Amino acid sequence: MKRFLLPLVLFAVLVGFLAVGLTLNPREVPSPLVGKPAPAFTLPQLHDQEKTFSPADMAGQVWLLNVWASWCGGCKEEHPVLMRMAKAGDVPIYGMDYKDRRDEALTWLRRHGNPYPLIAVDEAGRIGIDYGVYGVPETYVIDKQGVIRYKRIGPLDDELVAKTILPLVQELRNK
Amino acid sequence: MIPEIGHFALILALCVAVVQGTLPIYGAAVGSSTLMSVAKPAARGQFILVLLAFCCLGYAFAAKDFSVLYVAATSNSHLPLHYRLAAIWGAHEGSLLLWTFILTIWMVAVTFFSSHLPEAMRARILGVMGLVSVGFLLFMLTVSNPFERLIPAAVDGRDLNPLLQDPGMVMHPPMLYMGYVGFSVAFAFAIAALLGGNLDAAWARWSRPWTTVAWCFLTVGIALGSGWAYYELGWGGWWFWDPVENASFMPWLAGTALIHSLAVTDKRGGFKVWTVLLAIMAFSLSLLGTFLVRSGVLTSVHAFATDPKRGLFILVFLAIVIGGSLLLYAWRAPRVGLGGGFDPVSRESMLLANNVLLVAAMGSVLLGTLYPLFLDALGLGKISVGPPYFDTVFVPLMTPAIFLMGIGPLAQWKKASLPELAMRLRWAFGVSVVTALLLPFVLGKWTPLLSLGLLLSLWIVTTTMVNIRERVSHLVGNSFLSCLTALPRAYWGMVLAHCGIAVFIVGVTMVKGFEVEQDLRMNVGETATIGGYTFQFDGAREVKGPNYLAARGTFSVTKAGREVTMMYPEKRLYSVQKQMMTEAAIDSGLLRDLYVSLGEPLEDGAWSVRLYHKPFIDWIWGGCLIMALGGLLAVSDRRYRLSWRRERQEEPEAIRSQEKSVA
Repeated sequence: MKRFLLPLVLFAVLVGFLAVGLTLNPREVPSPLVGKPAPAFTLPQLHDQEKTFSPADMAGQVWLLNVWASWCGGCKEEHPVLMRMAKAGDVPIYGMDYKDRRDEALTWLRRHGNPYPLIAVDEAGRIGIDYGVYGVPETYVIDKQGVIRYKRIGPLDDELVAKTILPLVQELRNK
Repeated sequence: MIPEIGHFALILALCVAVVQGTLPIYGAAVGSSTLMSVAKPAARGQFILVLLAFCCLGYAFAAKDFSVLYVAATSNSHLPLHYRLAAIWGAHEGSLLLWTFILTIWMVAVTFFSSHLPEAMRARILGVMGLVSVGFLLFMLTVSNPFERLIPAAVDGRDLNPLLQDPGMVMHPPMLYMGYVGFSVAFAFAIAALLGGNLDAAWARWSRPWTTVAWCFLTVGIALGSGWAYYELGWGGWWFWDPVENASFMPWLAGTALIHSLAVTDKRGGFKVWTVLLAIMAFSLSLLGTFLVRSGVLTSVHAFATDPKRGLFILVFLAIVIGGSLLLYAWRAPRVGLGGGFDPVSRESMLLANNVLLVAAMGSVLLGTLYPLFLDALGLGKISVGPPYFDTVFVPLMTPAIFLMGIGPLAQWKKASLPELAMRLRWAFGVSVVTALLLPFVLGKWTPLLSLGLLLSLWIVTTTMVNIRERVSHLVGNSFLSCLTALPRAYWGMVLAHCGIAVFIVGVTMVKGFEVEQDLRMNVGETATIGGYTFQFDGAREVKGPNYLAARGTFSVTKAGREVTMMYPEKRLYSVQKQMMTEAAIDSGLLRDLYVSLGEPLEDGAWSVRLYHKPFIDWIWGGCLIMALGGLLAVSDRRYRLSWRRERQEEPEAIRSQEKSVA
């Protein structure tokens, strides 16, 4: 009997690993950018093409940079989380519309709501290369000195926001 | 409206699948033929319903209905019709529908070709397949519904991933899935036999053709995928040991082992427990492959958008199906008796050794694929396992397996004599070794791997020739030709499949040994020479396709002053997805491929260009096709056709008399 149970036991171990694997993110590569100054850029704004946005404008504040696109499914999933955060007003979230079409992005925001005070448009994805964007959505926490303190690849969720991001923002503010 | 009909058909199909998965199995347990007879109409009904759903999705694509989320996400109004239809399986939701559709096709095939099976057996087989179908239909209806609406509708779609806009890719998933899902039949047979406690030679004989057909599809599917990677990715490679490639290769290895193990169970009644385990394994690996591709636990070039809920669903499904069948195995298998005994030197022992090697190879691919995940799960860091690992592990495992492949078919069942085998094979061995050692010098270069590769393929061919000659000399016939045709097709199928391996090895060996590659900058009018061929770059110009813009280069190729061909590689920019694609130009030939791909445009009309001369590369896919043809030939053997037509009681007699005439 025992040796006939062996395949089952091996399989159980495999399932255990796969289950843990599911909670991990293979894309969560330790970012070399964490602890480094956020790469500078000047990009046109989504709502007003004449104006531009640059991380330097945010000096002295702790803020989030959220990379999103209207074509991205994960963004739709994280959107309610961003809307709740915007409503609570704990931390400003600036958007970067990545490799997207302006009209589609605007339609998307009209449909789902706009949590961002300002959105920069990276139509060609150039800045995305500087930031090492793996896949949308991605979120960066940037401190008063303009240094990236945290990077999340993939959608945000309430738990992550409450347990990791907001405490970190608080800590950076008090520094 | 049409998408709602499709959605509704899927819900109905789920209801039917639940009935099909429960009543017949229960009926078989209590011996109620009324309940058992539900299986057949249920399977056919489910097929019709899933077919309807499939057509509805196809219609939504054909009619450019961008109010369906999936259609909007994977097609575009400028996408040609044939690619719009192929886009049905261009992403996650639709490929699941294809998976389920193919599962119902196999189910219907079982209902048509199972009239000779005992009713309880058939009821259990269809019941098990119904249960698998329940899982997939539930998966679709809960977390990956292809008919989900997008209100308000998109103005235009996001377009199909340009990588998939290719004829090879159109056929690759259906073929692969025919193979994957085909193993569900062998799996259902094994589970049914475990449930019924009737693991005997007859069970193996029924499973054999199904397994072989599934294996053929899988072989072609993998070959198509590899061919696609070769000409579409523009790197000139044909296998990358990518997790998704591995996911399709593991069931193939298990399936190959299963085919051989079934042969022993069928002919000698041995290896029963092992065969059952392999049948479970082959299908489990197909499911695991689906999980790995769909759940996003591993990164790969086939980056599908991933959703943790989906991953969890598949994992639970996997745990229930595989865990349940392994539990059943642990419970029932100890009661299955052992088959006839055999000597350490016999055809059985060689097939067993071959099986163990194949499973070991499968295990090492599994380990290599999941190792990064294991380390990550244990918090030991992120690594990736690359081709060097697989190459190192694979050659030592496959070398003895292929050596045994030459001897196995010549050894007697039960007890063979080693000295006698050595006598029979001494010429084959001598010819292979001498040729393999000398041939590379003639070709201009000697390396150990080159000789080894040639040795293995020559060994297969020469031992096969010895085998055919011996078989023919045992037959009493009029002419050599009539003797050849008197041998059963199953035998010729084996010969062909084994020769396919030889052809494949020649391809791999020659490409590894002799390919020439050159990356260079070419100005207009400049020439470069590799492998005796001179390529002249005549410039690139802009070309407009239906949904892309391309720069098309023109190369005129000459050999020793004579014109060979013109080649037109392209660099395409797909307008909707803003993705650059390399369309390599390939001039294929029996003995060599010429391969040109465009890199980046440089100043003054110059381009960075990649040129390859790849000797014998088409033998790699040719070998795979020959293997699949061998499988089909084996399935067309008289014994299976007889067993489908005749009553079960008569069958063993017919087979036995036929076997005598052969052996």
